This record gives sequence, C-alpha cells and structure tokens, in this order.
Amino acid sequence: MTLGMRIGVVTFPGSLDDRDAARAVRIAGGEAVALWHGDADLHGVDAVILPGGFSYGDYLRCGAIARFAPVMEPLIDAANGGLPVLGICNGFQVLCESHLLPGALVRNDHLHFICRDQQIRIESTTTAWTSSYAAGQEIVIPLKNGEGGYVADSATLDQLEGDGRVVARYVGINPNGSRRDIAGISNARGNVVGLMPHPEHAVESLTGPTTDGLAFFTSVLAGMVNA
Amino acid sequence: MARVVIDVMLKPEILDPQGKAVEGALSRLGLAAVTSVRQGKTFTLELAGDVDDTTLAHLHTLAATLLSNPVIEDYVIREVTA
Repeated sequence: MTLGMRIGVVTFPGSLDDRDAARAVRIAGGEAVALWHGDADLHGVDAVILPGGFSYGDYLRCGAIARFAPVMEPLIDAANGGLPVLGICNGFQVLCESHLLPGALVRNDHLHFICRDQQIRIESTTTAWTSSYAAGQEIVIPLKNGEGGYVADSATLDQLEGDGRVVARYVGINPNGSRRDIAGISNARGNVVGLMPHPEHAVESLTGPTTDGLAFFTSVLAGMVNA
Repeated sequence: MARVVIDVMLKPEILDPQGKAVEGALSRLGLAAVTSVRQGKTFTLELAGDVDDTTLAHLHTLAATLLSNPVIEDYVIREVTA
C-alpha cells in the first residue's frame, strides 16, 4: 500500500506540467503535495518532482533562474542526502543548472521545437524512479522541447556510461542532437533522475499515447515502501 | 558609480545552432567572406561605488554561477569603467 506517501511537485513561475505531474502521482497511488518556488522548506515530503515548462520564461538559460529559487536550497541539500528527485524536461534543466546532475541541455540541433510521441529505452532500473521497469524495456512517451540536446564533455559521458547512470536513451531517431542519444541520466546514488521526455503525460489511456510513463511514479512509491 | 560589461559565449566545442542560422541568413545578404558566426550575450551592470578587488572577485563569482553556465559557456569581464 502506497497511500500516504507524499510526493512534492514544485511550481515555479512559468511551470506548465505541475498539474499533470501531481495527477500522475495520484494515479500511481501517492499523495501529491504542491510546493511553491518561494517555500523555505519541503513540507516533509518523501520525494520531489521538478516539472516541465518554462520557469522564469526560460530567461538567461533554461532553468538558470529557477536554480536560485528559495525552495531549491532545501531541495539541493535533501537531494544530496538521498531524497528521490525527478526532474522532467525543464526540471532536468534545473537539476543540471543546480549541479545535482552533470552536463547541460542546449538548443535542439535542428533549432525547431519538437513535440512527438518518442520511443525510449530504459537503460538503468537501479534508480529510485525506474525500478519498476525491466532493464532494456522500450516505452513510448511524449517529448516536447526546444532545448533538449544533452551535452557533457567526453570524460563525463564515459563516466555516466561506465557507471550505468544513463537512465534512458532515444530509440529510432535522436530527436534533438543529444550526445550518445541520452534522454535521461541519474546521479551516482540513483536518487536524482533527470529526463527530457514526459512520463507524466503517459499515465492514462484517455490522454496519453500509452500508459508507459506510470512506472516512473510507481517505482518511487514502491521504493519508499521497501525502504 | 561604475559600469561593468560581461560577455558570455558558448564554448567553442559546443554547437551553436542559432549562430549557424544567423550565418546562413548573412550569406544570403551577399557577403561571402563571412565564414562563421557565434551568438553570445552581453550583460551591462551598473554598480554603486568603485570596483575594488573584493567587488571584482564577487563579480567573477556571479558571472561563473548565474550569468554563465561553465559546463557550456565561457565568460569575460570585458570592461570596467569608473
């Protein structure tokens, strides 16, 4: 039973997918807790999702201003202490800007905003957010971004691959020029995951292309029960 | 009262698709001699008082943490005028 597990969803000015992320948490069986960018603490939540959107209008660099929002101070400390954190799209950008994850997200190599149902392969099932998937499982979830090209220097990419920290890879086409087809990565401990595609938009057959995204949310809830 | 100008550019090894697009448009304007365009940002900061070593060190911190992302960008404090 996962009821009572509280997952915070942060809303920054310009966040778009906070409602969908909260809904995905509820569908997975957890309790969604709204966190505000100006909050000084995390209200005792068991995990946090940084949702997609355009925090602070993507001014300066995507995620660069959100990284200095008041709520990020306790969040960075908690993430370094093992709190499960999932950054989706803009949330992934915020995690990179916060140095909770290495590398950065840059403008798509073809310059166009992209919106499609994207096939990805789950490469690591040892993270807090992917334990309910099978290793190598291929899923289809929406992808929608303008700055989704994952970049890092070769040494960092080699380390991510060597340590099994590439969480998901694009299959079929590389939609945005990401190095080594990387769609998502984790920190060394596996509690912090950044993902460019949107699992929270694929949790109900009525509105999603699949329900393949649900396991991100059930994974973290199952992990808390087992912890 | 001092003015500080800080330039931020993508690192040379980072693909700059915006610069590429501008480069393509420039070539259509007829100057074939343009072989490369990189697009960056300029920040102009107005400061109360003079820029001493302590302030300058603080400016470097600001430039390296917020104004630029050292993973993909370089910055230069180009100009300090009293």
